[in-house]
Amino acid sequence: MGYTILEKQELIPGQTTMMVIDAPQIAAKARPGNFVMLRASERGERIPLTIADRDSARGTITIVFLVVGKTTAELAALNQGGEILDVCGPLGRPTHIENSGTVVCVGGGTGIAAMHHIAKGHAEAGNRVIAVVGARSRNLLLFCTELSAFCPELRVATDDGSAGHKGFVTEVLKDILDSGETIAEVVAIGPVPMMEAVSRVTLPYGVKTTVSLNSIMVDGVGMCGACRCTVDGKTLFACVDGPEFDGHAVDYAELKARLWQFREQEQGAMERFSKECRCDG
Amino acid sequence: MAEMKTKRKIRPRVAMPAQDALARAGNFNEVALGYSREQALVEAERCLQCKTPTCQAGCPVEIDIKGFITALCDDDLAKAYDILRQTNSLPAVCGRVCPQEHQCEGACVLGRKHEPVAIGRLERYVADAFMRQTGDTPDACRAATDLDACIPSRPERRVACIGSGPASLTVAGYLAGRGISVDVYEALHEPGGVLVYGIPEFRLPKAVVAHEVDGLKALGVTFRCNWVGGKTITIDDLFDQGYGAVFVGVGAGLPRFLGIAGENLVGVFSANEYLTRINLGRAYDHLNHDTPAYHARRTVVIGAGNVAMDAARTALRMGSSEVSVVYRRSEAEMPARREEIEHAVEEGVRLRCLCGPLSFHGDNQGCLKGLTVQKMALGEPDASGRCSPVCLDGQTEQIPCDMAVIAVGTRPNPILIEATPDLGLNKWGYVQTDPDTGETSIPNVFAGGDIVTGSATVISAMGAGRRAAQEIARRLL
Ligand SMILES: Cc1cc2nc3c(=O)[nH]c(=O)nc-3n(C[C@H](O)[C@H](O)[C@H](O)COP(=O)(O)OP(=O)(O)OC[C@H]3O[C@@H](n4cnc5c(N)ncnc54)[C@H](O)[C@@H]3O)c2cc1C
Ligand SMILES: Cc1cc2nc3c(=O)[nH]c(=O)nc-3n(C[C@H](O)[C@H](O)[C@H](O)COP(=O)(O)OP(=O)(O)OC[C@H]3O[C@@H](n4cnc5c(N)ncnc54)[C@H](O)[C@@H]3O)c2cc1C
Ligand code: SF4
Ligand code: FES
Repeated sequence: MGYTILEKQELIPGQTTMMVIDAPQIAAKARPGNFVMLRASERGERIPLTIADRDSARGTITIVFLVVGKTTAELAALNQGGEILDVCGPLGRPTHIENSGTVVCVGGGTGIAAMHHIAKGHAEAGNRVIAVVGARSRNLLLFCTELSAFCPELRVATDDGSAGHKGFVTEVLKDILDSGETIAEVVAIGPVPMMEAVSRVTLPYGVKTTVSLNSIMVDGVGMCGACRCTVDGKTLFACVDGPEFDGHAVDYAELKARLWQFREQEQGAMERFSKECRCDG
Repeated sequence: MAEMKTKRKIRPRVAMPAQDALARAGNFNEVALGYSREQALVEAERCLQCKTPTCQAGCPVEIDIKGFITALCDDDLAKAYDILRQTNSLPAVCGRVCPQEHQCEGACVLGRKHEPVAIGRLERYVADAFMRQTGDTPDACRAATDLDACIPSRPERRVACIGSGPASLTVAGYLAGRGISVDVYEALHEPGGVLVYGIPEFRLPKAVVAHEVDGLKALGVTFRCNWVGGKTITIDDLFDQGYGAVFVGVGAGLPRFLGIAGENLVGVFSANEYLTRINLGRAYDHLNHDTPAYHARRTVVIGAGNVAMDAARTALRMGSSEVSVVYRRSEAEMPARREEIEHAVEEGVRLRCLCGPLSFHGDNQGCLKGLTVQKMALGEPDASGRCSPVCLDGQTEQIPCDMAVIAVGTRPNPILIEATPDLGLNKWGYVQTDPDTGETSIPNVFAGGDIVTGSATVISAMGAGRRAAQEIARRLL
């Protein structure tokens, strides 16, 4: 009774996978900024993944994930035509999108995929979207073609300079902020240090900055508080109050500490999974 | 036994066989093992068969207690089960988790001078023994409801339940038994509500809940897991799809925190998170399941209800060598079932009463290292009749710990409520209903259980479900 994988594509071999999943009830309701909770198998863990795109006519949602541990590895091992046991959503508050002028959407690593859906939403609302994408190297960039389709400007930064600016997305962002164009909002999705750095850059310019927090989640529907984070001194639940928050108000140090809570157990699960895979193979 | 009856000598209550305290603190198997047939018969004979029994009124769903005990004494198991099922659709669950000392047993005549009849244990015995006798297949339909009707006889009459806790399960059983087609929408991947994600295996085995759910499936009830009311589907959508009535039984799952310093340190969890990882995620069997749970040497649990006791006893089983329960009042005020407190203490949980949590402190990695508590004394009784705690100025204590579990209650979950602006709420933010019918401010939308009352009991959620189901049936049939 699972959810069928209609398409599977390895975007970055051995690292990042994209899947198009048949889930009409979710596709009908999904908005930019929403995520799903999914479980690959009966004994697996529920994990959150952002809805990177949706096609309500076809009844599909797209997820893009980086293999970092057991669940993402197990997912990546599934094939086209296979099934994901549980997919629950769309969850979280959708991105607040209104016609506001120019919006800069910054994506780092796998976060580019999540940013894509939000950038698309802003473009559909009539905003001029400047996309800024960053990765370690050219071959790790995602969704550039898709973004180019609706972003009049696509700026690239790579650590090694193999594409675009050699350096960080924050440096490109600073250029844009200095260019004199009025920026209504900056949206940043990616690794926590990147979102923190983006928020630090935009603060002196007084530009509204939205970040999407990837805190640890258990149910994804407000029942456990695992995903709680401190924003503006208040405890909020990323799954029901977020996942997007004011980047200038988030306590990033706390978020980083909380992301590592289960490191040992996660490694245990991964080691067992790799062993099982080898036995099977 | 017949001669006992004539002499009316009151025997002591038959003790519940239980796993040895030391052994059980190291496993997740059920603690209370249940009566044997002989034990059940001896205990049943203790019932005085009062002309005007007071116990029945003590039960929130008014089970004919005298009736089922009489049937048991007559060795008519099927009849005893039948009587239970007439008003209680989950007797195997209630026999295990009801706070009987405040309900049926608290009202038992025998209890005035002696120990009351062990009504809950007998209820559990009847349910378990009947299930064992009928097995999984033959009478699943009969076992799940008080009527025979396995295929919805009126499939055009459709009812949707949102949430799959005891309130919704009761609605589903009642209506399906009357031929109505019921679909239950549940946000998590497994039906049962708190019965699966909250109450631990050692108190309520998952198999007992699964058996009840299977019985409902056999009756034609459909469970749609991973459907979030208000997100995947709204109440308006449900009516558009042709449902004649909607029952909202989403519980009160949003955990409260204390609002004190250090609460987001690594190692501080809500009881819901801790228990959900271990129960729903089966983290107690971590070698075979992926969901991780935190392992701590010294655990502090804050609160003193059933949830706190469950968390404390779970922490022991997960390997904590020191577990203490921190509570502002004294042991006498603890809201947990008496049996749970006793079991916890036997297993080695330390009760630290008259201590109010002040702040958590951690190391430079953001990990919990200890809890500072304020010492308290009991003052005058407050409006609720319980003595309110007062601070003893300047007296604080440091409790070293590497895990803290907060079990100080819950609030209504906002998801469905925010998505349904027309749904009237009371001043505490719970759903407002007509007390007789359970109907909300939206016509043909009913609600019951914790989402109406705030965190309460399994049996009260079931009672609310039953009242709503009766009204729904009246309107649809
Ligand atoms: C709202 C939200 C949206 C996300 N969207 C995406 C996405 O589109 N693509 C993507 O690749 N990743 C996304 N993530 C992160 C993703 O959920 C984690 O990478 C994933 O859970 C790792 O699971 P694992 O078993 O493979 O790894 P593990 O070995 O379990 O963990 C590796 C690391 O992943 C994080 N993590 C582990 N479990 C969880 C959990 N239950 N919830 C959140 N984080 C966890 C922790 O930091 C951990 O140290 C998102 C997270 C959130 C909260
Ligand atoms: C740890 C613990 C121990 C307890 N011990 C006892 C005890 O010993 N005795 C006793 O009588 N009571 C006990 N209780 C209380 C009792 O379990 C509850 O009062 C009872 O379960 C409430 O039933 P309910 O049907 O209202 O909701 P719940 O059991 O809370 O079920 C609600 C269900 O709805 C789902 N849901 C929530 N939102 C949505 C949505 N938007 N869409 C779809 N589904 C949704 C939830 O996932 C959940 O499965 C305990 C509670 C806890 C947490
Ligand atoms: S349902 Fe609960 S209160 Fe009613 S008789 Fe059974 S144990 Fe007692
Ligand atoms: S993930 Fe449980 S409350 Fe957010």
